[in-house]
Amino acid sequence: MAGDFAVETHGLTRRFGKFTAVDGIDLRIPRGKIYGFLGPNGSGKSTTIRMLCGLLEPSAGEARVLGHSVPREAETLRRKIGYMTQSFSLYADLTVSENLEFMAEVFTLPSARREARIQGALERYFLKALRQQRAGTLSGGQKQRLALAAATLHEPEMLFLDEPTSAVDPQSRRDFWDRLFDLAADGTTILVTTHLMDEAERCHGLAIISGGKLAAEGSPQDLMQHIDALVLEIDPKDPRKASDLLRRQPYVKSVTQIGNHLHALLKKDTRDGVRQVQALLKQEGVEAGVRETHADLEDVFVASTGSGEAGDDRAD
Amino acid sequence: MLTDSLRRIRAVAAKEVRQLLRDRLTFGMIVGIPLLQVILFGYAINTDVRHLRAAVADMAGTQLSRSVVSSAQASQVVDIVAVARSAPELETLLRDGKVSVGLYLPPDFDRLAMSGTRPAAQLMVDGSDPTLLGVAQGLAKLPLAGRYQPPRSVPATLFEMRNFYNPERRSAVDIVPALIGVILTLTMVLFTAVAIVRERERGNLELLITTPVSTVELMAGKIGPYIVIGLIQVSIVLLLGWLLFHVPVVGSIATLYLSALLFIAASLGLGLLISTLAKTQFQAMQLTVFTFLPSILLSGFMFPFDGMPAFARWIGEFLPLTHFIRLVRGVLLRGASLSGMWVDVWPLLAFLAVTMVLAVLKFNKRLD
Repeated sequence: MAGDFAVETHGLTRRFGKFTAVDGIDLRIPRGKIYGFLGPNGSGKSTTIRMLCGLLEPSAGEARVLGHSVPREAETLRRKIGYMTQSFSLYADLTVSENLEFMAEVFTLPSARREARIQGALERYFLKALRQQRAGTLSGGQKQRLALAAATLHEPEMLFLDEPTSAVDPQSRRDFWDRLFDLAADGTTILVTTHLMDEAERCHGLAIISGGKLAAEGSPQDLMQHIDALVLEIDPKDPRKASDLLRRQPYVKSVTQIGNHLHALLKKDTRDGVRQVQALLKQEGVEAGVRETHADLEDVFVASTGSGEAGDDRAD
Repeated sequence: MLTDSLRRIRAVAAKEVRQLLRDRLTFGMIVGIPLLQVILFGYAINTDVRHLRAAVADMAGTQLSRSVVSSAQASQVVDIVAVARSAPELETLLRDGKVSVGLYLPPDFDRLAMSGTRPAAQLMVDGSDPTLLGVAQGLAKLPLAGRYQPPRSVPATLFEMRNFYNPERRSAVDIVPALIGVILTLTMVLFTAVAIVRERERGNLELLITTPVSTVELMAGKIGPYIVIGLIQVSIVLLLGWLLFHVPVVGSIATLYLSALLFIAASLGLGLLISTLAKTQFQAMQLTVFTFLPSILLSGFMFPFDGMPAFARWIGEFLPLTHFIRLVRGVLLRGASLSGMWVDVWPLLAFLAVTMVLAVLKFNKRLD
């Protein structure tokens, strides 16, 4: 197997009874990059990650992680990967350092390296002052740092992060991402799931997953540049009426209201989109400024999934 | 590889002990359950029933009838707490639960007693409590005092009974050794079942199964501390039994601990199996109680094993507690050896093997 890709899957599928959570996903994730899975809750992100870690058995298709076929070689793989679960899964009734010591022992780090790794992790993740504190009493951001410290203690080649920042404030999230870039710079491949656009935008590569299928793939910049839609920004006097009108047009894919603006995605082959929309609104007596604009990631997401929002609250 | 494996087992065990020491309630139960049970059962369970509350209706009022009443009183089996003036009054006292036994001596008691053809007096017993019946039967055999012996000769008893191993017929001597088994059944099964299910419930397992810890290592690490706890509990029960109830230790202590170890292992096996079936701690507790009740009822702890119907005995033979109770009574009271009691050793080994194999097979190191 070529060493270029950290993860390679072909037709990866997972069914739960009659429900297909992951439906034939083909992926190639390069080494040393931060790669994001963007999709709403319940889209199959976590299920995919769990299959790649060997936690779930695929119903069909195959997957290789760091050159190991999963789940067959999952046991060998376990020493090379780190996994951060969606909810905090270290021991709440153990202290910060006890949790790290436990993980170090479980990964049987040589005792000489063990102390250095634990001390290094305590410093790198600003946990030194919290050393003697029980993990259960930490704040959301502190728990996240501890979980990352524990997941990277054995210097894994690949790190799986399942919605790592869902319970964290924006400042902690930024700090957390700085740490991820540090890790990537050291050569760690990182696979992270998210439903947050600002997080997705920071990834080197991105897979948009919707309904268990791969809806789009590429770097965030590529995805935004090559969006399969014409993006208009509309500034109407009466946004409600304008959006109702636009939604009824066959060439309009979606309309999103942002404050007093509207973001409209038109089919890519729409001719003279700007003028058509201007004419329509004028005819209906809605005064509006209309101009073409750059797509943002949310537009990409909407255009490729046909769904209005990324963060709907269906359970995973 | 082996040293790595041992290191992981030790890490899991050390973590388990730490958590246990911090969980004050559970830690308290480890000491509290044996303490409370030995004291409660040791003092409360007494098959040698005495001082039943009784009422007397002496309609004869003769010297003979009075002597019968006083000898019943002197036997200490009954305490006469009420005097009734008629048979119906006696029945009322019995029905209202004021007394458990009623003695009715009819007006022609003397004549009936002298003729000896049929019972002279009536003993009314509250049969709603079956244990009282047996006691009262003993009372019915009470001889008439002295010179009023009935003319018919009483046949001499065929056997003279010698009570081995518990000559004073003290219940505590039987109960306390068996209690070791009962306490271990409850705590060992419950603790292991809950310990693993808790890890699943709190999400720790999702992390653990992406680490190099194997199923066997995880189970060994989790079980290890509980084996030690089990042995501590055995010691508490033995010490209390000896101090409070003078339960003798006839056999060797080493043999006793060895059989306890075997039984602990079998109970932990069951606990592990339960942990693979239960999804929540509550389910684990329910399943534990589900296995605990038959153990208590059918193992010979509560009721004499030989007195149970064949079907119940058959079930009882599958319960580890049945065999352990025989073992522990044998070793502790009769000085038996494990090789001598092999018939009760191998079922425990078999139970351990079956539960362990099933648990390891059933425990999935994946989430599905």
